[in-house]
Amino acid sequence: MPDGAVITATAAPARGESPARRAWRRLLRHRVAMAGLVVVLLFFAIAIAAPLIAPYDPTRTNWAAIRKPPSAAFWFGTDENGRDILSRVIWGARASLLAGVISVAIALAAGVPIGLTAGFLGGRVDALISRFTDAMLACPFLILAIALAAFLGPSLENAMIAIGISATPIFIRLARGATMAAKVEDYVEAARGLGNPRWRVAVRHILPNIVPPLLVQATLAIASAIIAEASLSFLGLGQQPPAPSWGSMLNTAQRFMEQAPWMAIFPGLSIFVVVLAFNLVGDGLRDALDPRQR
Amino acid sequence: MLPFLARRVGQTIPTLLFVSVLIFGLQQLMPGDPALILAGEERGDPLVLAQIRAELNLDKPIVVQYGIWLWGVVQGDLGFSWRIREPIAGVIAQKLPVTLQLGLMAFVIALVIGIPLGIISAIRKDTPVDWGANAVGLAGLSLPNFWLGIMMILFFSVHLGWLPPSGYVPLTEDWRQSLATTIMPAFVLGSGIAAVFMRHMRSAMLQAMGQDYVRTARAKGLAEKVVILKHALRNALVPVVTLGALELGTLLSGAVLTEQVFTIPGFGKLIVDAVFNRDYPVVQGVVLVTAALYILLNLVADVLYVLINPRLRHA
Amino acid sequence: MTFRRTLLAAAALLAAAVAAAPASAQTLRIGLREDPDIMDPTLARTFVGRIVFASLCDKLFDIDKDLNIVPQLATGYRWESPTTLAITIREGVKFHDGEVMDAEAVRYSLNRHLTMQGSFRRGEINAMEKVEVVNPTTVRVTLKVPFAPFLSQLTDRAGMIVSPKAAEAAGAQFGTRPVCAGPFRFVERVAQDRIVVERFADYWDAQNIHLQRIVYQPIPDDTVRLANLQAGSLELVQTIGTNDVAAVQRNNRLRLSMSDELGYQGITINIGNGPRGQTPLGQHAKVRQALDLAIDRATINQVVYNGMFTPTWQAVPPTSPFHVKSLTPPTRDVARARALIREAGVATPVRVMLTVPNNPELRQVGEVIQAMAAEAGFEITLNAMEFASSLQAATRGDFEAYLLAWSGRTDPDGNLWTFVHSRGPQNDGKYANAEVDRLLDAARVETDPAKRVAIYEQMYKLAVVEDRSRLYLWHRKNIVAHTARLTGFVNVPDGLIRVQGLRLAN
Repeated sequence: MPDGAVITATAAPARGESPARRAWRRLLRHRVAMAGLVVVLLFFAIAIAAPLIAPYDPTRTNWAAIRKPPSAAFWFGTDENGRDILSRVIWGARASLLAGVISVAIALAAGVPIGLTAGFLGGRVDALISRFTDAMLACPFLILAIALAAFLGPSLENAMIAIGISATPIFIRLARGATMAAKVEDYVEAARGLGNPRWRVAVRHILPNIVPPLLVQATLAIASAIIAEASLSFLGLGQQPPAPSWGSMLNTAQRFMEQAPWMAIFPGLSIFVVVLAFNLVGDGLRDALDPRQR
Repeated sequence: MLPFLARRVGQTIPTLLFVSVLIFGLQQLMPGDPALILAGEERGDPLVLAQIRAELNLDKPIVVQYGIWLWGVVQGDLGFSWRIREPIAGVIAQKLPVTLQLGLMAFVIALVIGIPLGIISAIRKDTPVDWGANAVGLAGLSLPNFWLGIMMILFFSVHLGWLPPSGYVPLTEDWRQSLATTIMPAFVLGSGIAAVFMRHMRSAMLQAMGQDYVRTARAKGLAEKVVILKHALRNALVPVVTLGALELGTLLSGAVLTEQVFTIPGFGKLIVDAVFNRDYPVVQGVVLVTAALYILLNLVADVLYVLINPRLRHA
Repeated sequence: MTFRRTLLAAAALLAAAVAAAPASAQTLRIGLREDPDIMDPTLARTFVGRIVFASLCDKLFDIDKDLNIVPQLATGYRWESPTTLAITIREGVKFHDGEVMDAEAVRYSLNRHLTMQGSFRRGEINAMEKVEVVNPTTVRVTLKVPFAPFLSQLTDRAGMIVSPKAAEAAGAQFGTRPVCAGPFRFVERVAQDRIVVERFADYWDAQNIHLQRIVYQPIPDDTVRLANLQAGSLELVQTIGTNDVAAVQRNNRLRLSMSDELGYQGITINIGNGPRGQTPLGQHAKVRQALDLAIDRATINQVVYNGMFTPTWQAVPPTSPFHVKSLTPPTRDVARARALIREAGVATPVRVMLTVPNNPELRQVGEVIQAMAAEAGFEITLNAMEFASSLQAATRGDFEAYLLAWSGRTDPDGNLWTFVHSRGPQNDGKYANAEVDRLLDAARVETDPAKRVAIYEQMYKLAVVEDRSRLYLWHRKNIVAHTARLTGFVNVPDGLIRVQGLRLAN
């Protein structure tokens, strides 16, 4: 996304403090972002500590207690196989957070270097990369995901790879556009004029300046990745039963929307809260990284 | 400007070729033999399978299959659907207006929700209004489309009986019914994208409000409203509108699950059914057309950029 | 008070009139589970396609709700010898294009089914050697060998008669504008949206047709399909989930109709189809028996299907005259299952990969079986696969156990020979037992139903009780829901929607 207005301008280094350190200090002062960060960390803690805090085995069935509403024994009720929904939401946090974070990490790791290269070098390399990115963006996500997941075999891991690859072209475009805009800025021209090698200019001067738009996109991408995992579960290409993910829980709940609404409410709420929290954190980070906004 | 435009239009050809090669390659990766599916209950009979493969050129090498298909496309022939034996150009002509209508409605809904929310939350940064606007904007993005869709059907169609639960009536047939059948799916799609607009609008507004010319305007004593609307908003809208072209492009191919839930006979449903039935000519045809549309919208976005920032013209 | 009541009633009437306006009482809108494939009786494959054909294309014979074969375009038949069948043809029947339906058209259509490139009817009627026109109202069909199921094949697509003139003109494109002799003629099709048919004035049985138009709409999602019925956007839906039955029963504007389907659901086990048949489950009948005993059919039926399906141990439902009454499903016995695994001498846990079609209900069945089998010493991994991939996997032997459903055929041969005979085209597990083959072949030529049942009983004793080549689980139900305004609906076990006698009140 060649996008001059979103790009932050120069970060004139302050004396005695690195930009990253100062950003962190600012983030700490940002109350909403901190609240989001706390929620995100809380969910990560829940995901990690799942075996310790889940009241029941998330896959243990109980035919005598199917689709029971929330009660003292089952706080979130039970599902269509009599499994405890609270335990499944707790374990499901693992699958869904992993799906969100890992797939976006894949997209960033692949997309940013490619986009940076294209935007910085320009010319034929840029043309080739851009045509390829256009082609990928023009291919519907599901075709790509189905083909990849079917080729690799259906599993949560392969779903992450498929989601990550399908999200990559957006990051390529974003990084390329931001790089193109940044490289005509005066300070980059100056750095180049001083005889710095090209890669050094790219990494030292351009990369830090394209971080804010990437962060905004990344937080949104984590949200869509969590939901994409749900869609892939819907097609049998995500988390395999009986292991839970929030997405697959929602898919199952769809059949019982009127008879057992609690089956849909709790995983749905979890997705909503986590997505919101990720966005608040991203927002705060953007502010903290942008020295002009205080 | 003209040479730039000519160059960009010229670039669409290699991109489309890239797309078609990508799709042919992906189809080779996918398990599921189309001949087996077309053979149905006769799939155990090698004779039937051989017959189908011969008829559909599936017994030829992939390169030859691609060549046959490409030659047809060059002549304006997209082939016919293996499953229902209808010419693909005709099927696409049936679906295109549906997808365009749904996409545009969703786009408008997203703008109507996203832009004001983004402006408000930027102006009232770090207040409960900002947080509330964030929550509202993100709600649509945080709920899976199929889930939100089914909830809306249960509420508005079954319980209240206000709107038809699914299906599609063309605009030309009865515009009221047409809007009634598309408003829920358009809202589901639009609410997801609204968050994207809202986030970028907020971000761009804050950026613009921190720029020198806005500060100057403010220092000149201009009323805050004028500063925001005239200077900050105008500059903030640019990236958002161009981003919109991208989102609209995704809408044209990405409404898959929403179309499935509301049984809207558009591109998304066509392509997913075609993938699951391994109706490859349909997949190829639809992807090609969607890709062309998508590229066209990108072209529009790029032209907009260049018009705004001439320094990019030679990049 | 009275005045107010009158006013209210008038308002309600007006509201009802406005609401009913888009759909005239003469139009019946039917919700289908998926989009039909090509509408050519020779080339069509899908079950939902058969539902649409029920209004477009009449057949030589039909079946009634008790599975008796009744005449339709034929008026009768006579076996002149075990391989010669004389069929008399109804007089005065016209095709939708005005051509006369006569013996020549029947000969043409049967030959088209048998010889057309890409025909899917060939397998159903390939016992046919030739068909001759005796006179304008009689044809004689000669079979290569005696074949008991032949007549029942003519009650389905293989018995549909098409207009020779239209078929010749359209060739392979005939399915885009089918011309038959059914009560309704084809108007238009918008792929994935609707198929519209309208009343054919010259239909031979026109006095039994009370509708003007039928619109078939594919709506894949169960919840949404039912919502359309509840909201009045459809008048009838092909199937609803067992979870929604109670809601429909509570709603006094809707009616429910159920019948046992002709098919079954079961687990196919890979016994001899490639390397993945070399598992403890594939190689030891005792292990398969243990799995069978670990599964509690009644509980699964209760948990997943609200107790509405019929647990079984065979391929044919109790409503069929070919159901073997002595064969009742085993009751769960975990201790015996464990003992059998020990006797087989295989290591526990016995690992099994169970392939399930990727739909929510069957995924749940898989999860329940997984939990039940775990108690008997199995470790089942579930592999949810979309349809296209699973077909290929099944055919190529890329599976260990495969949970699948078969919609069923009127004649039991269509449920058994194809799946159990070593040369059966859908015997994906490659089960082979010479004695079972002999019995299945014998049942094919036996025309006395009682003797056929006895042969099938012997066959089941080997293929099911002894070898457990396939675990039959239950027969599903055809659950049709429709508006109370619709009368005259007859739920025939084949699950098709016959339009004769249907009436829609205002």
